[in-house]
Amino acid sequence: MRAYVETSGKGPTMSTEITVTVNGTAHTEAVEPRLLLAHFLRDVLDLTGTHVGCDTSQCGACTVHLNGEAVKSCTVFAVQANGAEVTTIEGLADGDTYSNVQQGFWDEHGLQCGFCTPGMIMTSEALLKQNPNPSEEEIRAGIAGNYCRCTGYQNIVNAIGAAAKAGK
Amino acid sequence: MVTSNFEYFAPTSVDEATSLLSKYRGEAKVLAGGHSLIPMMKLRLAEPGILVDIGQIEGLSYVRKEEDGVAIGSMTTYREMATSSVIQSNYPLLADASARVADLQVRNRGTIGGSLAHSDPAGDIPAVVLAIGGSVVARTRRSKREINIDRFQVDLLTTALRDNEIITEIKLPGLASGTGTAYSKFHQPASHYAITGVAAVITISGETCTDARIAVTGAGDKATRARRTERILKGKELTPPVIRRAASRAAAEIGDALNEDIHASAEYREHLTRIHAGYAIDQAVAAAG
Amino acid sequence: MAVATFGESVKRTEDPRLITGRGKYVDDVRLTGMAHLAFVRSTYGHANIKSIKTSAARNAPGVIAVFTGADLQEELGGLPVGWMLPDLKQPPHPPLAYETVRYLGDAVAVIVADSAYQANDAVELVEVDYEVLPAVVNGEEATKDGAPQLHEEAPNNIGFDWEVGGGDYAEAIKDPDVIVVKERIVNQRLIPNSMETRGVVADYDVGKGNITLYTSTQIPHLVKLLFSLVTGWPEQKVRVIAPDVGGGFGSKLYLYAEEVVAGIVARQVKRPVKWIESRSEAYVSTAHGRDHICDAEIAGKKDGEIIGIKVDLYANLGAYLSTFAPLIPTYLFGLMLGGVYKMPNIDCKVHGVFTNTTPVDAYRGAGRPEAAYLVERMVSRFAQEIGRDPIVVRRKNMLQAHKNGREVTTGVMYDSGDYKGNLNKALEIFDYKQFRADQRAARRDGKLLGVGIATYIEICGMAPSAVASSLGAGAGLWESSNVRVHPTGKATIYIGTSPHGQGHETTMAQLVSSELGIPIEDIEVLHGDTDQGQFGTGTFGSRSLAVGGAALFNSLQKVKAKTHRLASHLLEADPKFVTFSNGTFAVEDIADKTLTIQEVAGQAYAAANLPDGMEPGLEEVSFFDPQNFAWPNGTHICVVEIEQDTGKVEVQRYVAVDDFGNVLNPMIVDGMTHGGVAQGIGQALSEQAVYTDDGQLLSGSLMDYALPSADMFPMMELDRTVSPSPSNPIGVKGAGEAGTIAASPAVMNAVVDALAHLGVKHMDMPATSEKVWRAIQDAKEAQRAARATARAAK
Repeated sequence: MRAYVETSGKGPTMSTEITVTVNGTAHTEAVEPRLLLAHFLRDVLDLTGTHVGCDTSQCGACTVHLNGEAVKSCTVFAVQANGAEVTTIEGLADGDTYSNVQQGFWDEHGLQCGFCTPGMIMTSEALLKQNPNPSEEEIRAGIAGNYCRCTGYQNIVNAIGAAAKAGK
Repeated sequence: MVTSNFEYFAPTSVDEATSLLSKYRGEAKVLAGGHSLIPMMKLRLAEPGILVDIGQIEGLSYVRKEEDGVAIGSMTTYREMATSSVIQSNYPLLADASARVADLQVRNRGTIGGSLAHSDPAGDIPAVVLAIGGSVVARTRRSKREINIDRFQVDLLTTALRDNEIITEIKLPGLASGTGTAYSKFHQPASHYAITGVAAVITISGETCTDARIAVTGAGDKATRARRTERILKGKELTPPVIRRAASRAAAEIGDALNEDIHASAEYREHLTRIHAGYAIDQAVAAAG
Repeated sequence: MAVATFGESVKRTEDPRLITGRGKYVDDVRLTGMAHLAFVRSTYGHANIKSIKTSAARNAPGVIAVFTGADLQEELGGLPVGWMLPDLKQPPHPPLAYETVRYLGDAVAVIVADSAYQANDAVELVEVDYEVLPAVVNGEEATKDGAPQLHEEAPNNIGFDWEVGGGDYAEAIKDPDVIVVKERIVNQRLIPNSMETRGVVADYDVGKGNITLYTSTQIPHLVKLLFSLVTGWPEQKVRVIAPDVGGGFGSKLYLYAEEVVAGIVARQVKRPVKWIESRSEAYVSTAHGRDHICDAEIAGKKDGEIIGIKVDLYANLGAYLSTFAPLIPTYLFGLMLGGVYKMPNIDCKVHGVFTNTTPVDAYRGAGRPEAAYLVERMVSRFAQEIGRDPIVVRRKNMLQAHKNGREVTTGVMYDSGDYKGNLNKALEIFDYKQFRADQRAARRDGKLLGVGIATYIEICGMAPSAVASSLGAGAGLWESSNVRVHPTGKATIYIGTSPHGQGHETTMAQLVSSELGIPIEDIEVLHGDTDQGQFGTGTFGSRSLAVGGAALFNSLQKVKAKTHRLASHLLEADPKFVTFSNGTFAVEDIADKTLTIQEVAGQAYAAANLPDGMEPGLEEVSFFDPQNFAWPNGTHICVVEIEQDTGKVEVQRYVAVDDFGNVLNPMIVDGMTHGGVAQGIGQALSEQAVYTDDGQLLSGSLMDYALPSADMFPMMELDRTVSPSPSNPIGVKGAGEAGTIAASPAVMNAVVDALAHLGVKHMDMPATSEKVWRAIQDAKEAQRAARATARAAK
């Protein structure tokens, strides 16, 4: 299903061809310029691990890595990612081996409903890349752009702490 | 929520970008990091027919030490500014404010040029740059001009930038020795924008304040110099009573135009502005010493 | 992994798919030919629909159809109410409004288009001509003379008047020694904000006439039943699937308009249709919580003895009755007004009121947080009034520990608890004496520190059906389970409850594993698909383990009984001498005579050698309906520091001691407690829905509704006491809501304590910076005025 690809609506009806390398595989697709990167991943590439939790760039559920940096994919047009490398939650594990952050989330019960989890994990990965040994306060500040309604964040903080330790 | 349709251009040079802006003048908007524009487009508060994405242009992201200050490329992100050793050592308040804009993901994407061009009434960067001073370099297809930062923010979401211009660079002056800086912010609990933010750049020679630039964001419709506060500080020894008196005038220029919303009444905003002006001045003075 | 035991922190079996992005939520469902829906919603709080022009939308690219409320009036019917009260007014609730819109976001039309973007575009092209009517949003104002009227059926906007009580409050306060303390207490409206918004995919099978609804819900079986009742669609042709559900907290516990519309529209356009709620849409279209305005009184004596509580409550219902709206501010609130105290006299009146706002229904805790907040705030308020320590007053009035039922003033039977034990344990963790010394020192330094204590008890484990039915429930509240042990000894179980983050797949498998000795990885837990298993009620009211787990436990006993009999037969031993442990049947004193449960299961299916009269196969079903609710309880302690200059409140410490009865998986229970406490702190400090008088929602997105972020919390310190519940065979209570119930009063008691020396006695939630700052200014002003008066008097 390419639900979002049809050209439509008022204004110009052209589509733009882009090539985006997602989790190591290059994809060339013609897309409407207004297609958000989050929807490109979900609806064009069927990578539904990236979730959309809000429409005002607050919740962080849609966080992916764009050229190695965490971004909210609901606030990036797919065309802006033309030529870029994107990593999503599906591309994080190395085969059957989870990343330290993924393992930390499992071990420390860092998730409940799981909806915020992909974005939370992608932000945590970026946080640890910027700061491999964060304090509790730095972890809490680092994930301030990701909302979780289930965990009260406590075990997420523990999970990131455990991942940092495992990364040493 | 989705944006309206638009035609998209991704020029690879400033010349190409400015040509497009001239060609589609009035219809086209510049897309930088997109973290101000895209949310507004999703709410359909902005429905540009054409977007000129300047993200594919090489060479607009830099922090360069120059003879008389520092030049920052307009596409430099908050994250790059927060971690730039040049900015950390020359304008600690800019590094600090950049590190506290929104959240980690937004800081990876949002840019100094985008922040200034958008001129959000509660943005951090406009106040910080206003307190530092300097100018915004704007280019059209044919011309290039420097807009003094004091004349740049015109009104709510409105700047002196013309719709065929692109910001390419921000020029910040070197700060005199004995200058201390600070940015103090009280954030809105939901959006994390500033309810009030005060940037202070203060120069002290001997015991006397020889220069002071204080700028306020969040409280009014745009980032504003607190000139009355500056006047009280200048030429004086900055004792606690002087700082208190100066801080108490921090919202004076905003006057009746104080913002009011469900997070802060005008009265409370004014109070917070005074309090954070005091914090910012205190910290800047300490840093100057 | 291996055989799990009861009480072990087994890691969750759900997590591998969720941490790798392989979960399947409604928006991840993709069907061939699927079209997309978008709703046109009212932009006013109250208005008559004069006309709707849809031609431009119909002609927009990709649009398949546009339906207004008038187009589908017959097919859609009206949304149901699942809980009756005496003389309850039930105005019609059309899924798509066709004459009048009664709240911002009331849906008036639906677009069907090839893509979601196109459907969204077309919404902008529908022109609705409204005649704007006066609106009312405040539950008390709405009952006054001259207030705008919402429904003909409900004069003065009153949906119901209800009361409960015990003892004789009016008589008791005639005692001249009794001190009565009054306070107006507002429990603000909240917006649930599960991280996954709602969504539904409706798949119509043209050939069979069947409809399948994939929907983000806590109650798939009830959605099926209610959908069938509302639309007249034969129940056997309705299938509801709740896939992975991204949180709910009560807000996905109803039949919603969009579910009905999606099913009917799929049949109209003969294509599968999908609707995914946007976050901004969720702010107006998903039920809100709380919203109480209450005049409260607490009465007691100088020595701290509390003799009663009186409550006159305006409960805002919103514009229509949501499925369980009548239950929440009545039984779930009023029955809890005794708290963990003797509270011999209770007088509670509740007025349910319609207003031009989004319907209000259950939100985490649902009535119980409102009650606990009221009781605990009033108890602390009373202690302050008589100048006694809030802990001393609480201890003096607490119920004694009991193990097997204690009837309280409201007539309900608490199951078990050691209320003073909770308090004592919390005080052991939290050095209260030291804190008071620190607080005095801090005040000398100009710092504002406060401590808040809150105890609570809550009614959960929602059942028993007969009781619930006598109180107005429209459906049974039992639970069900099916245990199918396969010939290989692996097992598939089907549960009637359906999780939205609680980890049922793990805990239920853990229970199976601990009972049958089957390794946990050999157990598949199914839920949420009404075609796969027997009927169940759903996940809400902290009931899944206390009712659903008990149903599972009973099925497991049946499996054990059958396999025990079969094993004894195969081992040629007297059943009396056949033991079962760790998945192995053995004959006492004979070392080599053993059979594993896997071997016995194989034999049950081989059916070559069964005892007389035994049927082949190994599958058991149970339906469990307990005799009483379960009653978690506890004591929470919170410390806040308030920034003098700005009024900003910071939670510095949080201690929680809870009695959840027996605990199956401590890791999961602790996790739920963290999340519950966080939501309670959110209500206390930052969350609030704010409407303008004409019904516009000012806190209409995450830009203005302050959801707590990670930097708002300290590490919470949790502990527990264990009083097994006699209400179910596994002695569990329920942990989903407790944290939320205790946290808001604990935090607010701390805020008031920090300001008490300035003369502050009460503050409504949320304790925003501005509100606290104003309280400090007002208190200082009052102190200055008092000093001036004193000087003048001299």
